[in-house]
Amino acid sequence: MTDIRELIASRVKDAYEKGCALKIHAGNTKDFYGRNIKGIPLSLSGHTGIVEYEPSELYITARSGTPLKEIEHVIEKENQILPCEPPHFGAAATVGGMVAAGLSGPRRVSSGAIRDCILGIEIINGKGEYLQFGGKVMKNVAGYDVSRLMCGALGTLGILMSVTLRLLPKPVSEQTLAFPLNTSEAIQKMNSWARTPMPITGTFHDSKNLYIRLAGSRSTIEKCAEILGGYMVDRSHAFWSDVKEQATDFFMTDKPIWRIQVPPSTTPLKISGSSLLEWNGALRWYASETETSEIRRITEQAGGHACLFRRRSGTEDIFHPLSPHLLEIHRRLKRAFDPNGILNPGKIYCDF
Amino acid sequence: MKTPDNLSNLVKQFCQILPKDSVLAKKEQLSVYECDALTAYRQIPRIALLPETQEQIKAIIKICKKLQLPVVVRGAGTSLSGGALPHAKGVLLNTAKLNRILEIDPENRTATVEPGVTNVAISEAVKPLGLYYAPDPSSQIACTIGGNIAENSGGIHCLKYGLTVHNILALKILTIDGEIIDLGGKHFDSPGFDLLALMNGSEGMLGVVLQATVRLLPEPDGRKVLLAAFDRIQDAGNAVAAIISSGIIPAGLEMMDSFTVMATEKYCSLGYPKDAAAILICELDGFEEDIQSQVLQTQKILDSHHATEIRLAKNKDEEEKFWKGRKSAFPALGNLSPDYYCMDGTIPRKHLANVLEEINFLSKKYGMSVANVFHAGDGNLHPLILYDANRAGELETAEQLGSEILQLCVKMGGSITGEHGVGVEKLDQMCVQFNSAELQTFHSIKSAFDEYQLLNPGKAIPTLHRCAEFGAMHVHGGEMPHADLPRF
Repeated sequence: MTDIRELIASRVKDAYEKGCALKIHAGNTKDFYGRNIKGIPLSLSGHTGIVEYEPSELYITARSGTPLKEIEHVIEKENQILPCEPPHFGAAATVGGMVAAGLSGPRRVSSGAIRDCILGIEIINGKGEYLQFGGKVMKNVAGYDVSRLMCGALGTLGILMSVTLRLLPKPVSEQTLAFPLNTSEAIQKMNSWARTPMPITGTFHDSKNLYIRLAGSRSTIEKCAEILGGYMVDRSHAFWSDVKEQATDFFMTDKPIWRIQVPPSTTPLKISGSSLLEWNGALRWYASETETSEIRRITEQAGGHACLFRRRSGTEDIFHPLSPHLLEIHRRLKRAFDPNGILNPGKIYCDF
Repeated sequence: MKTPDNLSNLVKQFCQILPKDSVLAKKEQLSVYECDALTAYRQIPRIALLPETQEQIKAIIKICKKLQLPVVVRGAGTSLSGGALPHAKGVLLNTAKLNRILEIDPENRTATVEPGVTNVAISEAVKPLGLYYAPDPSSQIACTIGGNIAENSGGIHCLKYGLTVHNILALKILTIDGEIIDLGGKHFDSPGFDLLALMNGSEGMLGVVLQATVRLLPEPDGRKVLLAAFDRIQDAGNAVAAIISSGIIPAGLEMMDSFTVMATEKYCSLGYPKDAAAILICELDGFEEDIQSQVLQTQKILDSHHATEIRLAKNKDEEEKFWKGRKSAFPALGNLSPDYYCMDGTIPRKHLANVLEEINFLSKKYGMSVANVFHAGDGNLHPLILYDANRAGELETAEQLGSEILQLCVKMGGSITGEHGVGVEKLDQMCVQFNSAELQTFHSIKSAFDEYQLLNPGKAIPTLHRCAEFGAMHVHGGEMPHADLPRF
């Protein structure tokens, strides 16, 4: 457990004065996510440790370099979980990287995104100032919600130093059911089940089968299974771990992988290549060689957006373009936190 | 500043874009808007406007920008922090007439509404589909979704189902520059910075909400409500922590102290246990089979924490009766005292007993009664300070007492406001919770959206100058120096 706050702050101040770009990282497990950037590496790997954990208060505060697996191990002992079920993508994954990337896992359908479980945050801004926002309590409307603003900002607004996350009790039991359905049928089923109070905490479709995860007491699960039908899947835990860690065959490809978000009930998109569905159909993965512009046009038409997630050539834009007004507000916010543009510049969009 | 010569000129300009009866400029018309639910602060706006369409709001904002007129957007005016307090030189923009539900999408479980739609109207509209909108502030019959977004409103059920920020999927925002930005969508996450989160709780200072898409949830399969009495507040507090630690997330978990129980009994006589030092109301919902086991578990926990009485509502009528006392706590206390001042601090649950003890001490120190109503599950305190505004100095004393309570919450690792917002009321306490660099960050965010400080100016974020003054007040032991200085 080490606190290297002072060291980081002084390095940022120095970079601020010299106007030289920093490339912030820790475990490098999600380094592929976002645009390729240049800068002097600044590692948070040494900034580790759980600062506070109060099981009865349902929160944990940890320094950003703390390994995710350590956090999950500690809260598991108290029968608690991270609500957002974050992917690790490697043993070195840290809690800071999880927040910076803002990638949520299968439980997103029932327990919300990473941003939803953030209670508070400590950052160092682009001037080397140490700032705290939010806190440890669930309800807090003092000041603008800077904590959640940091989530998914890929380190471009501030260097995350510590985060406080809301936790949830671990479900008493879980069961996974499978249903042989094609994509259209699966989309229709997932969304009609989502309108019932059944405790479905994960949905996944691999083009042949729809898998759903139920969570609750044994008797609840039995009752739901009776209503739903389907057949039981063994090793439920391992199955969802593979889904969130993208350890399935689908991701073993040389084709570009697209992460597409659309309204959940959207009918299958006319994009060539194989696909996977999660989040009741709101998250769709495509391994496709279709032109970028064509993919963006199709998703936009469906009321969604597309992110070029893996296997890209290098310099192109990863995230869906923003409208000019929205982009301008992003630029101004970037300046508010990082006036000299030294924190991961260009990581999300090329011009900030 | 290009201010028009006089009011009649201004009226003329707005009458070109709005029906005549939507432009209010007479004193008797404006006095309706002089305050929100925090009545201690009053200000007549220069002019009040009641647009009916998004186009009209756009036209209003265009004029305000051109003339550099401050704009305060108001929904139903139920804010308890003065968030909708008008600006003396500015426009009061009332969105109440934009009250249309534009779309209900059962497939994607969303509703798209105008900002003036009331909170409860959404749930009522989607009830036939077996869906509802989760955040339920106690003012839900009156308060609007636009106001809920501005304040990031909570409610009794937010422990399990989240605050407004967790339940808004998309916003159409009009910036002060007159541009429309679309944030979020019916999909889950959006590219770029999470401006959707930033908008929630921004107290109308970053943009005008033209339209909101909210997430709808399926009605739970079943529901049970428990009521428990305790001889010691400490026991009730520990029972709350034990319930949460046991792995149960109640849909609602509320506490009332003896003073509040007494007041509600006087007001609506529901048969609450009158001798209790504290009572807890616990609502459990979910799948029928799950609730059964959770009720048993909760009863066991309450019992082991020395509950003197545990009641389980037998039917819907009894459930409503249990809740009615809690929901009428504010009017019940209002019945006992000419005025009350409602605080909104949050603390980590474990400090509950200590904080209540300290509040009790402060109540004696200032010679004022304080009743405690408490969203126990999420650590959100609502101490109500009873006072009489007609007696000289009582409001000031109540405010000082309130200020001490909020500082106590910050000291305990909590926040000065859980769900009511900062508004004009808690500007000084913001100086306790945040340092200069943090406040400066807030000001920079404001400027990124609203360079000329026209949207709800002076609210939510204190100037650094004001905080310097507030700091000085501490040094001088409560004596306010430079009382003639304007403090915003």
